[in-house]
Amino acid sequence: MPEWIVPALLTIITASTPLVFAAIGEIVVEKSGVLNLGIEGMMIVGAIFAFGVGVTTGSATLAILAGAIGGAAMAFLFGFLTLYLLSNQVATGLALTIFGLGFSALLGHGFVGKTFPGLPRLEIPFLSDIPFIGPLLFGHDILVYASVVAVALVTYMLTKTRTGLLIRAVGENHFAAHSIGYSVNKIRMACVLFGGAMAGLGGSYLSLAYTPLWVENMTAGRGWIALALVVFASWKAWRAFFGAYLFGGITIIQLHAQGFGVEIAPQFLAMLPYLATIVVLVLISSDSSRARLNAPACLGRSFHASG
Amino acid sequence: MTEEIPRLELEGITKAYPGVIANNNVSMKIMPGEIHALLGENGAGKSTLVKFIYGVQKADSGTLKWEGEEMIIPNPNAARKLGVGMVFQHFSLFDAMTVEENIAIGISKELASGDLNQRIRDVSQQYGLPLDPDRYVHTLSVGEKQRIEVVRCLLQDPKLLIMDEPTSVLTPQEVDELFVTLRALSEEGVSILYISHKLQEIKDLCHFATIMRMGEVVDDCIPAEESPRSMAEMMMGANLVSPEKPGKTEPGAPHLVVRDLSLASSHQHGVDLKNVSLEVRKGEVLGIAGIAGNGQMELMQVLSGEKLIDDPSAVSIGNEAVGKSGPKIRRNAGMGFVPEERLGHGAVPEMSLWENAFLSGSKSMNLMDKGFINIKGSVDYALNIVSEFNVKTPGVQHTANSLSGGNLQKFIFGREILQCPGVIVALQPTWGVDAGSAAFIRQSLLDLAANGAAVLVISQDLEELFEVSDRLSVICEGELSPPRPAEEFTVEEIGLLMAGLSHDHQDEKVAHA
Amino acid sequence: MLRLELRGEMSRSMIYWSPFFAVILTFIAGMIMFTILGVDPLKAIITFFIEPLNSLDGIAELFVKATPLVLIAIGLSFGFQANVWNIGAEGQLTIGALAGGGVALLFFNVDSPLLMPGMLIAGVLGGMAWAAIPAFLKTKFGTNEILTSLMLTYVGLLVLSYLIHGPWKDPEGQNFPESRLFHDAAIIPIILEETRLHFGWIIALFGVAIAWVVMTRHMIGFQIRVIGMAPMAASFAGFKEKHIIWLTLMISGGAAGLAGTIEVSGPVGQIIPVISPGYGFTAIIVAFLGRLHPVGCLFAGLLMALTYLGGDNAQIEMNLPNAVTGVFQGMLLFFLLASDVLVRYRVRFGAAKKVTAGEGA
Repeated sequence: MPEWIVPALLTIITASTPLVFAAIGEIVVEKSGVLNLGIEGMMIVGAIFAFGVGVTTGSATLAILAGAIGGAAMAFLFGFLTLYLLSNQVATGLALTIFGLGFSALLGHGFVGKTFPGLPRLEIPFLSDIPFIGPLLFGHDILVYASVVAVALVTYMLTKTRTGLLIRAVGENHFAAHSIGYSVNKIRMACVLFGGAMAGLGGSYLSLAYTPLWVENMTAGRGWIALALVVFASWKAWRAFFGAYLFGGITIIQLHAQGFGVEIAPQFLAMLPYLATIVVLVLISSDSSRARLNAPACLGRSFHASG
Repeated sequence: MTEEIPRLELEGITKAYPGVIANNNVSMKIMPGEIHALLGENGAGKSTLVKFIYGVQKADSGTLKWEGEEMIIPNPNAARKLGVGMVFQHFSLFDAMTVEENIAIGISKELASGDLNQRIRDVSQQYGLPLDPDRYVHTLSVGEKQRIEVVRCLLQDPKLLIMDEPTSVLTPQEVDELFVTLRALSEEGVSILYISHKLQEIKDLCHFATIMRMGEVVDDCIPAEESPRSMAEMMMGANLVSPEKPGKTEPGAPHLVVRDLSLASSHQHGVDLKNVSLEVRKGEVLGIAGIAGNGQMELMQVLSGEKLIDDPSAVSIGNEAVGKSGPKIRRNAGMGFVPEERLGHGAVPEMSLWENAFLSGSKSMNLMDKGFINIKGSVDYALNIVSEFNVKTPGVQHTANSLSGGNLQKFIFGREILQCPGVIVALQPTWGVDAGSAAFIRQSLLDLAANGAAVLVISQDLEELFEVSDRLSVICEGELSPPRPAEEFTVEEIGLLMAGLSHDHQDEKVAHA
Repeated sequence: MLRLELRGEMSRSMIYWSPFFAVILTFIAGMIMFTILGVDPLKAIITFFIEPLNSLDGIAELFVKATPLVLIAIGLSFGFQANVWNIGAEGQLTIGALAGGGVALLFFNVDSPLLMPGMLIAGVLGGMAWAAIPAFLKTKFGTNEILTSLMLTYVGLLVLSYLIHGPWKDPEGQNFPESRLFHDAAIIPIILEETRLHFGWIIALFGVAIAWVVMTRHMIGFQIRVIGMAPMAASFAGFKEKHIIWLTLMISGGAAGLAGTIEVSGPVGQIIPVISPGYGFTAIIVAFLGRLHPVGCLFAGLLMALTYLGGDNAQIEMNLPNAVTGVFQGMLLFFLLASDVLVRYRVRFGAAKKVTAGEGA
């Protein structure tokens, strides 16, 4: 086995983790019937919150927490506008992204050029020392493990618990849920906040671990790719996990291709994740019956209890 | 026997919406074991009152006593704890979930735990409401969906069961089965608040009736001692005027012809059309009965050209084969359409009336010049509709969603009829429309036919169909029964056809085609 | 306790008032933001919104910046009205600029009066071609145009990067990633001496007029509005959704491509790594702020152009980060969306909730 394999696989994991977080969060949001297109904005704000707090305090824990809070704060803005002021979800999501990019650049003004030591690895005695499998499975930072746990928990929550049933119910038919007596907007707000915190964690991973420094617009479209992953995964968390690793893999091919002596302008390689997203979307949408099977029926529609 | 305490007593309930008083000083009593009818037209305020009892909505003033005790029901959970169960007119169900999940979500957490699956089977067995807890809701018939709601209520041992227009989607036979269950419940001491505007049913089932009109209680009665007609007059506050069929004229040549039309539905939960053939002759009204969701929508789409068929001759108007042509071409060939959904399909809710007049009249009323909109012409056309069809509106600049259901439906009918169509196809023409407007609309359909147009009415309302149709046919699971003169049908026979139970006429169908 | 109550009919006056509320709220929030940043808020607002306009040059510059914003926004308005969400105008602008600029480079030193029109047409076609991809995918496979048009923006920017780092790099440019400077025939004429105000502004004004006629008086605009408000009613009337998707994407892509060509052949005069400071995204805000109405887009475009000038000015005068511009734009859109609630709903104070006693029971 060539020795570059393990490092390459490790970089795939780091490239995929932010996408896992963002996509898992958005799945919960969309299952509740809300379409939040502002993942990019929540991620980038999470990234700068985490980085700023990390650099200032030196604490990785506080940094991660700040990232989640930053994302959730942005999500609150979105939730308030769309759920309580009933603004258009598509437009509000776009606004969240535009605002997030500007706001993070403003906050990050003083942090350009600083660095963060990165997240500590959680070495597990013995297990981490197993060749090949050890470094691959047991030598990661806390957020990588958290992302895997999140996938499992969200899958369980959505399919096996009453909370999940409620979330699916408001996404499926908000009028019925309301007339049975549930507070549609409270449930949706909780989901939106969760989605924001997850996007914030994804952003944190970018600025704390993936490239531990602050660059304007450093999310580079990952929030949008996460949205595509949700469709790709037909709103199933474990599928989104695999989708995220697929995209992580493509990103890494792009970084390593030149190392293998492939003679292509770097710009064309950099296009790969975006082109792959389009291809995947086309494949999914051309099989419309499957795509719509799991799509929440009330996705993107505002709810106002009247009459 | 000592004087019984009413299970539920309402006093002076008032609820106002902007511009409407939905309930004005409503008082009523429901006794244990009583089947109590709440009778009134659409918009009389029945639904508002019920939502208040079930805790979905708050009232502006008034008191509620539950078993003699004054209280406030803040939300449906509290209502269920008291023992109030509700079966909604528009079911509160989730299509993409199983029957069991649907039931679990509508009852308390404690009730939902344990072996819910088995309890659902038990209760449905006990009350003759067969139901499989593991099926997905979208695979069920309308009648089965209603059973979910009933079982959901029964699992909570209700003391008061509210049923909002429960029979509007059932076949006559399913109605009978439901009544057996309701009577059994009443025997056990469960009170039932039965909301309806169907008079014969109320006479058959209910012990007592409270009659509402324009948000107020106007009368009460013991239905067994009244005739449907007398109750109707209480409900409407006026003498009933049935539409008049103009003198029988010999129908002319077939004008709208559908031949061997089969179409797989593109919709996930839709119905496939199977070998549908029909002819509507000039000067006649053909009625198609059926329970909602048996292919009516699909048939309408195929007729209106919103859905195209590969074989152009499957649909023809006069001699023109239009199966492959879109709505514009069909309109030019003299077709007019009135879809079921007024807001959003027949009219654009947020556009003004004159723009909605332009919507379907742009070509036939000559309201366009090289693609530019003739605004003055459109406004005049809209004004004309408003005056000829008695549409109540402050002006044609107002948007369609500012009109009441009946007025908007009259506007849409007017818009189609004034274009002088040779064929008009209407789906659920008077659904949710007040009785005055409904009578007006039925009359204008009859007049249109009398003037030589071919009229096709697809409806769930059997009374309406018997009132307007010359010939009748029934659609069930995408299949159409051979049309026969309306007076040859009995209600029972139609009921069997609606339920898909009668195949006696299969041979005749072949012969007919 | 505030409650929202559905209006029977949309409030027409609120449609026009809400942008003003949004601007005022943005000013207030902006002043709070400046205070937090430790800057004198009044001075900052003056530097941001007043100073840039106190010279002829400044006003000319406002029109220069507004030109692409207005053009793109009126194009997007057509799509947004029909619920076709092209958010990849930035990419279409880029490809349009490459197409138009490519013509200039191809006919380098050809001094023909036809060159400029040729470039503009090429720009329109370039933008349309880029928008044709999401249009095709949406009409053929039902693929969501939001994601495809956005992904194509990243691809478009990479195409630009490739060309100026490679084939189109100025041979005499000391290896800077820039194309050669366009010759005079490929530069859009200046219409006000001593300033940078160019003919593109006139094109934008024409665009507004044409769009207004099409949108309010023509069947095309009527169909677009019906599809957006009630898709079922559109199919009832026989309007074809696919045609409208193609049409609106061609209009918005073409307008963005035109704006791109005007940028490279006007203020810039060559193809550089960053052709637009996010005009394609800002135009989304312009379109909403302008109520998806061409005349509204004109005014909204001018206001947004001012935030760019203000950002530059504040950076020079007060050393504020340029990102303040983006924050202002985002806030403006937020406040607009929030104010729009008044169009459909009436805000009521808790009067109707008096009910009976003991509500918490």
